[in-house]
Amino acid sequence: MANALEIEVNGKRYPVKYPPDTPLLYVLRDELGLTGSKYGCGEGQCGACTVLIGGAPRRSCQIPVSAAAGKAVTTIEGLEKDGKLHPVQQAFLEAGAFQCAYCTSGMIMSSVGLLQNNPNPSQMDIVQFLQGNICRCGTHPRIIEAVHRAAKMMQEHM
Amino acid sequence: MISDLTSKFVLEPERYEFQAGAIHQFELARRDFFKLLGAGIAIFAMTKDALAAQETAPGHRSFHNEELPKEISAWLHIGEDGIVTGFTGKAEIGQNIRTALAQTIADELHVPFESVRVVTADTALTPFDAGTFGSRTTPTMTPQFRRVAAAAREVLQGVAAKEWNVPVEGLVAADAKITDPASGRSLRYAELAQGKTLALNIPAEDPVTPAAQWKIAGKPIPKVDGRAFVTGRHKYTPDLRPEGMLFGKVLRPPSFGATLTTCDDSAAKAMSGVVIVRDGDFVGAATPSPHEAQKALDAIRVQWKEVPQISNKEIFAYLRQNGVSKSDDRYRKEKGSVEEGLAGATHRADATYTVAYIAHAPLEPRAAVAQWADGKLTVWTGTQRPFANRDELADIFHIPESNVRVIVPDTGSAYGGKHTSDAAIEAARLARAAGRPVKVVWTREEEFTWAYFRPAGVIEVKSGIAADGKLTAWDFHNYHSGMSGIETPYDVPNQRTQYHAVPLILRSGSYRGLAATANHFARETHMDALARVAQMDPLEFRLKNASDPRFRNVLDAAARPFGWPRKKTQKGQGFGIAAGNEKGSYVATCAEVAVDRASGAVRVVRVVEAFECGAIINPDGLRNQVVGAIIQGLGGALFEAMAFENGRIKNPHFATYRVPRFRDVPEIEAILLDRKDIPSAGAGETPIMAVAPAIGNAIFDATGVRLNHLPMAPDGVRTS
Repeated sequence: MANALEIEVNGKRYPVKYPPDTPLLYVLRDELGLTGSKYGCGEGQCGACTVLIGGAPRRSCQIPVSAAAGKAVTTIEGLEKDGKLHPVQQAFLEAGAFQCAYCTSGMIMSSVGLLQNNPNPSQMDIVQFLQGNICRCGTHPRIIEAVHRAAKMMQEHM
Repeated sequence: MISDLTSKFVLEPERYEFQAGAIHQFELARRDFFKLLGAGIAIFAMTKDALAAQETAPGHRSFHNEELPKEISAWLHIGEDGIVTGFTGKAEIGQNIRTALAQTIADELHVPFESVRVVTADTALTPFDAGTFGSRTTPTMTPQFRRVAAAAREVLQGVAAKEWNVPVEGLVAADAKITDPASGRSLRYAELAQGKTLALNIPAEDPVTPAAQWKIAGKPIPKVDGRAFVTGRHKYTPDLRPEGMLFGKVLRPPSFGATLTTCDDSAAKAMSGVVIVRDGDFVGAATPSPHEAQKALDAIRVQWKEVPQISNKEIFAYLRQNGVSKSDDRYRKEKGSVEEGLAGATHRADATYTVAYIAHAPLEPRAAVAQWADGKLTVWTGTQRPFANRDELADIFHIPESNVRVIVPDTGSAYGGKHTSDAAIEAARLARAAGRPVKVVWTREEEFTWAYFRPAGVIEVKSGIAADGKLTAWDFHNYHSGMSGIETPYDVPNQRTQYHAVPLILRSGSYRGLAATANHFARETHMDALARVAQMDPLEFRLKNASDPRFRNVLDAAARPFGWPRKKTQKGQGFGIAAGNEKGSYVATCAEVAVDRASGAVRVVRVVEAFECGAIINPDGLRNQVVGAIIQGLGGALFEAMAFENGRIKNPHFATYRVPRFRDVPEIEAILLDRKDIPSAGAGETPIMAVAPAIGNAIFDATGVRLNHLPMAPDGVRTS
């Protein structure tokens, strides 16, 4: 196709065959095979599908793929660099901040987004920022602890 | 041959979703086992208490004591590479059982934790198991794996003794090797397994290491495969995609019980690449991409015949009026004379409690991938009952059970909600028509509507106390919601508890803790009300009426760090306490709330919960389960409820069905009591039971308003 849609995910360009109004989440999961971003509600209510678009955390189930064209999309698969976990991933691992872990990708992506703009968030900052992410297993206190831990790790490595 | 295991025991009545069906023995031949796993040493446990092994119904209250068939319940394989693999039919659903079982095996076999793998919930590879529910994995699988591991150690000693031509006595098993202290020589387990295809059955004896001597079990080892979860690499069922797979979607009726009258699928069938299945009331589509599946369904013209149905407004009156009271002593327990106890009481308190339907709302919705090949069906699905799913699929598709394999990838939670095989059946039906693998992933709206709910209920309590605060009579009736945790742990000379069954209104079934949450809510709220009548401190009142030392112990363990009894320092502040025991474990919960007088908004400020489940296997995983239960329990306590009318769910979205979020989470202190002298009990359920009454009692303390309905404050508390 002449004017085929292209998106950039984790630094790699992909042609998109799905219709331009398809939510980004389904393109990522079903067309590109990047299944780390999860479907939890398809309504922007649970945060399991959170990715970074141009560095900002967004619910990929609510963004038409056409709106992501020309912007850098980062998914959970793009955080690990050369076999080294992103500090937020490392912090979640160390804090044991997951049970079934289905919400974890979205929690980590939201937290990365938070720490980019607010490198030293207060407890209340974290609570407010993650309010849109559901954890049904009730692991919230450890997730908050993981974000604090990640903030500390990122500041030490600056 | 076991004809029908289910006839040997009786399930709790609130497990409505369970269908009675033949449960069959695992029949994998030994030679197949080694073909699958490679050479080595395999140990099979033959339990004489197969019932306990394949547990469905916990505790002596729930099933008859009968001699049960012998059956293989767990096994272990030691490979030539020294890798130890344990096999269990239990599923990993976020409760972290994979880690706890690996710890147990490593501990008893004396190998490093890292060399142990656990294969779970695969009907072709693992022993038969009735399902992952009832907090049974720890109390049944843990001792069994200890038994097989202990036997494996002895087998390895025997192999070494033969090799060295020395007596087996005196050989030492440690650090993954057998050592002969006399000569100083040693052989690694891997070396001993070399070239062997040795399979042994062991009897179910009790040679296991006492908890006080555990070295790897009892430690806070992090969740295995943690890295796969933080990188998004772990594949849940919705993430799977076998070659050539299509995306399936099912056309749902507009309301419960609606039947299809007309269906014109010609336009949908004309679409390219679309497979349409119409079979009775089932209409579904399978297409190469997910958006095409929705488009195909939209193109089908259908008419449904609907039936009038009860709404949530009428449900409690309906349940109260339609109870079927059986005198069967399974449903009715009586001691002394309630009538005399009530007549002789100094103070009386009677009340009615109601509990709404709620949803499990697991974040991973019901999903399945089905693949047919040569008349054989393989299904990957997030279920708590892989073997029951297998049997149901075999039944529906008229094929032998041996031609169905159900595999459960580690699943995005369940909470008692994933016992049925709905998505598996749908995917299999579409896949058979398509001749290609098909995946069905329910939408959130489907999940909220077509799954099953924790049943609603009405509970009536009549009670009396003497002048000194001792209970004289206790009369407790549960309509419909169930009988888990129905019996009072308090000492009452005259008591009656009865469960009154009511035919289903909404599709209902198990939920974390079953009806124990409803029954504890009613009982512990009522105990609080009685304490007020007696003008006693609620903790003191409970202790006066309880003699079980484990019960008293958890109450004390929660109350002390909470600072009970506490003086109020602010307006709208209140403190509450509640306790209970179920499924071999004990819990006590203290809650502090803040109620805003103007708006009526309730905030849970702090929760201190003490939990005792015998010897702790993994305190880190246990803490996650206990804290998680407190937070999940807070949702059902304050705001979760299904709204329904005319067979339609009115709030099938996270925007309208409120679940606990970060802002709802209080300061939480979980106190884990490690009783190395008591066998380990499960921990998935009991920690949720006392949350609602502790919060409700705190709200009463803050406002003087007694809330007898769950959820208690979806729109706040009216204080005037």
